[in-house]
Amino acid sequence: MTSVPGIVAVVVVALATLAIGTWGLRVSRTTSDFLVASRSVGPRLNASAIGGEYLSAASFLGVAGLVLTFGADMLWYPIGWTAGYLVLLVLVAAPLRRSGAYTLPDFAEARFGSRRVRSTCSLLVVAIGLLYLYPQFQGAGLTLRSAVGAPTWVGPVIVGAVVLANVTSGGMRSITFVQAFQYWLKLWALLLPAAVLVAVWFSDGRPGAASSLADAPGGDWSSPLAVGGGQGLYVTYSLIVATFLGTMGLPHVVVRFYTNPDGRAARRTTLVVLALLGLFYLLPPVYGALGRAYAAELAAAGRSDVLVLELPRLMVPGMLGDVLTGLVTAGAFAAFLSTSSGLCIAVAGVLSQDVTGRPWRGRRLAGVTAFRVGAVVAVVVPTLMALAAPHVGVARAVGLAFAVAASTFCPLLLLGIWWRGLTAAGAVAGLAAGGLGSGAAVLLTLTAAAPEGWPTVLLEQPAAWSVPLAFATMVGVSLATRSQVPAHTGRFMVRLHTPEALDLDRG
Amino acid sequence: MTGPPPDRPERPDRPERVRVERVRVTGPPRRRTPAARTRDIDAETRLGEVYMGSLLREQLWLAVRVLAVLAVGVGSLPLAFHLWPGLTGVRLLGAPLPWLLLGVAVYPFLVLLGWRYVRRAERNEQDFLDLLSEVDG
Repeated sequence: MTSVPGIVAVVVVALATLAIGTWGLRVSRTTSDFLVASRSVGPRLNASAIGGEYLSAASFLGVAGLVLTFGADMLWYPIGWTAGYLVLLVLVAAPLRRSGAYTLPDFAEARFGSRRVRSTCSLLVVAIGLLYLYPQFQGAGLTLRSAVGAPTWVGPVIVGAVVLANVTSGGMRSITFVQAFQYWLKLWALLLPAAVLVAVWFSDGRPGAASSLADAPGGDWSSPLAVGGGQGLYVTYSLIVATFLGTMGLPHVVVRFYTNPDGRAARRTTLVVLALLGLFYLLPPVYGALGRAYAAELAAAGRSDVLVLELPRLMVPGMLGDVLTGLVTAGAFAAFLSTSSGLCIAVAGVLSQDVTGRPWRGRRLAGVTAFRVGAVVAVVVPTLMALAAPHVGVARAVGLAFAVAASTFCPLLLLGIWWRGLTAAGAVAGLAAGGLGSGAAVLLTLTAAAPEGWPTVLLEQPAAWSVPLAFATMVGVSLATRSQVPAHTGRFMVRLHTPEALDLDRG
Repeated sequence: MTGPPPDRPERPDRPERVRVERVRVTGPPRRRTPAARTRDIDAETRLGEVYMGSLLREQLWLAVRVLAVLAVGVGSLPLAFHLWPGLTGVRLLGAPLPWLLLGVAVYPFLVLLGWRYVRRAERNEQDFLDLLSEVDG
């Protein structure tokens, strides 16, 4: 039976997740524990949790598959996902923690004192969250089909059910433990099989060492640029812009910063995250390169997303291969669970504040109920999307979510934190310009085949034009409405940038 | 009863112990001067604006420098490989250059940049704290 290790892995990970979640639940007692883990999570635990939450199916499965199919230019995805944290560290981490905002809409409301900016942000958080969730669910379907032979709909349903159970019962504190556990699980689940596979590759006489890495017949596999001359250069740079700047705008990333005790801890946490991500991202390219020698037919068949899952069995027959397959399946499953949980919490939090918690025909849902209804929406909608929408590749779909985040929340955060002159009108105009521009491009990419050439290229990787567009709109409209700079901006700047040790009036 | 309290029996054969009270010797309250400086910020006076402006400029300038190093160190790679396609075939230690740079070397570089940034940013904040709590002569 080839499906036994896969089934065992999935069941063990699901049970471990629920068990740690329940244990964390017993540790957390107060409301503050529930929402922000009492803001007392140390840098190492918090960084592991951020890493666990951030390393999604796109990182665990997608990168290796893309490298197998397209080559070295796909290495820009993991580089961008890591460098995004460096940009976040130097421009956003400490001020965002000091702002006291729990979600991006909270930050917007605190900075501008405007319900309109808040609603616009809420809409965008939900849109980006769903765009990021649906490839996770789609990847879960692929994983279970590959590992267990289950129909494609089983994966999204199982992941959705476990996430719902954990998110609606646990809080931020229990999720912190779960996600820290899942980072280390993912790392070892990729590291151990990789070590064995590289050893096998050496004992096989290093097949493909010369041809696959450099001077193969389509020798551009090692080129760090997308194909097509100037267009390739544009695509690569647009990807860099989207990932470097998009990280700070992802809803589940921002929520995590509030669990740090202060701004200084937020910086140190981010630094540890950089190291943890760098360590992890050394591994997927190894699978991509080995796949070139052992599993080239997967790329030809368009199934490169399952490379990480199938490579152990292709290279190592028998018992050991089964065990390694079980390991990578466990890691992949942990990737879906942790990222989906984080996104689900973020989206449900925003929905409960701004949609399900609002009065409806004179009645309103209580806090916890509103959160649970929000969580159900945040799980059911992307599950349906995963079942209905076309398969665009896990990493590509996530890349589009990054483009939207970079075109909307990145300018909002950067200008909101560093420029006093940003007004509510400027923020809304910039969010609309960046959101509509990148959003239209995403929709066209997902639904219709655009014409060939430059239009396709510009739509598939919109960040390089939509990010400057959003920045320019925000600055331009803010300058035109200069008289409407919120009165409390100076006080808010004090709150964002001064160390907590100083006894200052922070508004 | 007019005797001494039972817990402290008098002992006429020994001289009575003199209790030495600890006298707190302090200068004038030191809080005044720093409070005056933070009050400048709280009241958003011209001087407070100067203090805040210097902190903001210092931190933003630091961030810009780090990002510039990132842009030159990592961001210039696609352009370099576009202009000199021959670089793709270069081998170092038996592995092709693009894989070494993009697959391995980038990550320690990012961590190093982040580490230097955190140290500098914390020093800037310490300087700001020192400035505001300095006692005027």
